[in-house]
Amino acid sequence: MKATTVSRGKGGGPDMSAAARLRATRWYQQPRWRRLAALLGTALLGAQVTGREGSSSDIFLALKENTTGTGMWIWLGGALLVWVLREFVSEQLAAGWAGVREGARAGASGPLGRGRELWRSLPWVRVAALTALAVFLVLLPLLVTRHWQQVLVDQIGIYVLLVIGLNVVVGWAGMLDLGFIAFFAIGAYSAAYWTGSLPVEPPVVLNNFLVIPVAVVTCLVAGVLLGAPTLRLRGDYLAIVTLGFHEMVYLAARNWRDTTGGTSGASVDRFEIDLGFWSYRWGLDPVPYYWLLLVVIALLIFLFLRLEHSRVGRAWTAIREDEVAAAATGVDTVRFKLLAFAIGASTSGVAGVIYASKLGFINSELFVLLFSILVLSYVIFGGMGSIPGVLLGAAILIWLPEAMRDQVPAQDRFMYLGALLVVMMIYRPQGLLPSRRRRRELEMAEEGAGGADSLGTSEGRRV
Amino acid sequence: MSAKPSLEKRPEPGPGPGSGPGPDGPPLLELRDLHVGYGAIEALKGVDLEVRRGEVVALLGANGAGKSTTLKTVSGMLAPRSGEVLLHGERIDGITSHQLVRFGLGHVPEGRRVFGRMTVLENLHMGAYRLRRPDPADLERVFALFPRLHERRRQVAGTLSGGEQQMLAIGRALMGKPELLLLDEPSMGLAPLIVQQIFGILREINEQGTTLLLVEQNATQALQLADRGYVLETGELVMSGPAGELLSDPRIRAAYLGEHVEAEAEAEAEAGRG
Repeated sequence: MKATTVSRGKGGGPDMSAAARLRATRWYQQPRWRRLAALLGTALLGAQVTGREGSSSDIFLALKENTTGTGMWIWLGGALLVWVLREFVSEQLAAGWAGVREGARAGASGPLGRGRELWRSLPWVRVAALTALAVFLVLLPLLVTRHWQQVLVDQIGIYVLLVIGLNVVVGWAGMLDLGFIAFFAIGAYSAAYWTGSLPVEPPVVLNNFLVIPVAVVTCLVAGVLLGAPTLRLRGDYLAIVTLGFHEMVYLAARNWRDTTGGTSGASVDRFEIDLGFWSYRWGLDPVPYYWLLLVVIALLIFLFLRLEHSRVGRAWTAIREDEVAAAATGVDTVRFKLLAFAIGASTSGVAGVIYASKLGFINSELFVLLFSILVLSYVIFGGMGSIPGVLLGAAILIWLPEAMRDQVPAQDRFMYLGALLVVMMIYRPQGLLPSRRRRRELEMAEEGAGGADSLGTSEGRRV
Repeated sequence: MSAKPSLEKRPEPGPGPGSGPGPDGPPLLELRDLHVGYGAIEALKGVDLEVRRGEVVALLGANGAGKSTTLKTVSGMLAPRSGEVLLHGERIDGITSHQLVRFGLGHVPEGRRVFGRMTVLENLHMGAYRLRRPDPADLERVFALFPRLHERRRQVAGTLSGGEQQMLAIGRALMGKPELLLLDEPSMGLAPLIVQQIFGILREINEQGTTLLLVEQNATQALQLADRGYVLETGELVMSGPAGELLSDPRIRAAYLGEHVEAEAEAEAEAGRG
């Protein structure tokens, strides 16, 4: 060994050169058995971390329990399977997949291609599929248990509303917003204030439905007040500003007890329609809220899809790509960024009103920073800029921890979520159902022709 | 392959093009005693310049002389400290760049800045953003000027070569029907052959009636194309005149065309030794 260190760098010779040593550390340069050993080692570690006793304070008990449990055999089996697939079958698999894709591109041949062809050529297939989906969504809460009804409304429904709002800001206009929940909080506290539920009395008490436009206006104003001086900032800097804004709103809600109720909170009235001859009151049953949310979400998706393909949508795309060039072609960059910010903020406000009215109670702890981060991760997971993508992303990432509730220890659920996000960002950074343009951006980044950062706002790196 | 757009029937660009250099009336663009600075640094120290309708004017100078600053001030990306920018005799300084597009100012920014992830066609449509609906005649004109862009119209702009991106940047600016086209270093980073090709097309664009104000380091190319030229040095105009005269001026030749450089270097070496 000593000889190696002495004679290296003399240019060639029997010892390993620097280049050879660097190459020897690469994964694909290892012998097969070493790759298998590495995978099995990872599996053992995974089994320890995820095992029943993984979080036990008694490390010896944990080691014993976790290595004898079934979890370890699943992990080891999985590692072995990955090894076999990657070492021996991967080429065939890649060839097969390429064939399927080729078939899809060529048109008729192959199952994928045939499905796509059918979808394109027959409008009634599309209409029928969408109708079936709509019927399914309407009937969905009647098919599930009470627990899942609550999850559908309190979490999936509310977060879907939030992600389609944040998608406008992040996915279309390309601004990183870490304080999105601040506007959600403003919406929720608007609901509490105008229904007369806070310690301070409003000038007039409004019906919850009437609060929605009021909250929209409030959030628009808040969004413009925050945005106007700060939207000249780019990417990372704007993210910090929104983070600060979120903390300001959260701390105001928490510490301004005389007005907001702070951590002990305030109870909020529920939705009510009174038309004189007919009245309806939303109560504890989550299903009517689900239908209410479904209507609001459908309406917003319709509006936003129109917006995406309008001049406004094109202006956002141009701004995301290159602000200077966008201005040179006549796009008012500040105005359109402000517009995106305000649209996002008011959507968040609507979600806040519905959330507060559904829960019947709010306190400051419902609006901590974690939720802002979660909404952002749903958007990125699903595929920024694509409405079907972000809907799917939110639904899956909320469903998963709930579905794991009985399978894994409660405190471990978010660990699995984190692992899923890590794996996803490594293998599919464009998200589940990326928009056409986002996919293009990532393909180009791989070819070295564009910025790899997902937001594409840092012009310094592009020049 | 679809039929190539014909070169003959070309629309007239801009509201009042092709009228040639009018001897009377205000110049198309005029800068009066323009001072521009970044913080403590004064980049332009009183620049007077004019561009008449139908002309090609070249603005020359070394790195840091203030060429790009001048162009950025005209295009509204920078606001002057004092002085005036006049378009058609009307002051436009302080108006932001996206609004200036409406007044017939086309801007080909430094470093091309095409929308890298849009296709060529989408880029061109974006260039016509102020018109709400792109004029098909303009598209035809751009494709006639740059047949290469027509070939690649479905290609993503970021994958084009540097020369093609420059063509796209010029084409995109033309889609907004500019009367005055500002070009910031169109030859930057391009092979000499491509530069010649692009300058040939710029001449064609000018002959079709668009006035050009061109910032360049490539003095020979720029002066061969231009009618008149200005030379900037550390924020001040040191020379101006018809392009032909500038091209034959020994000082220009020494400073920008690299002649006598060897002799000077030798002289300096002598001085160093002595």
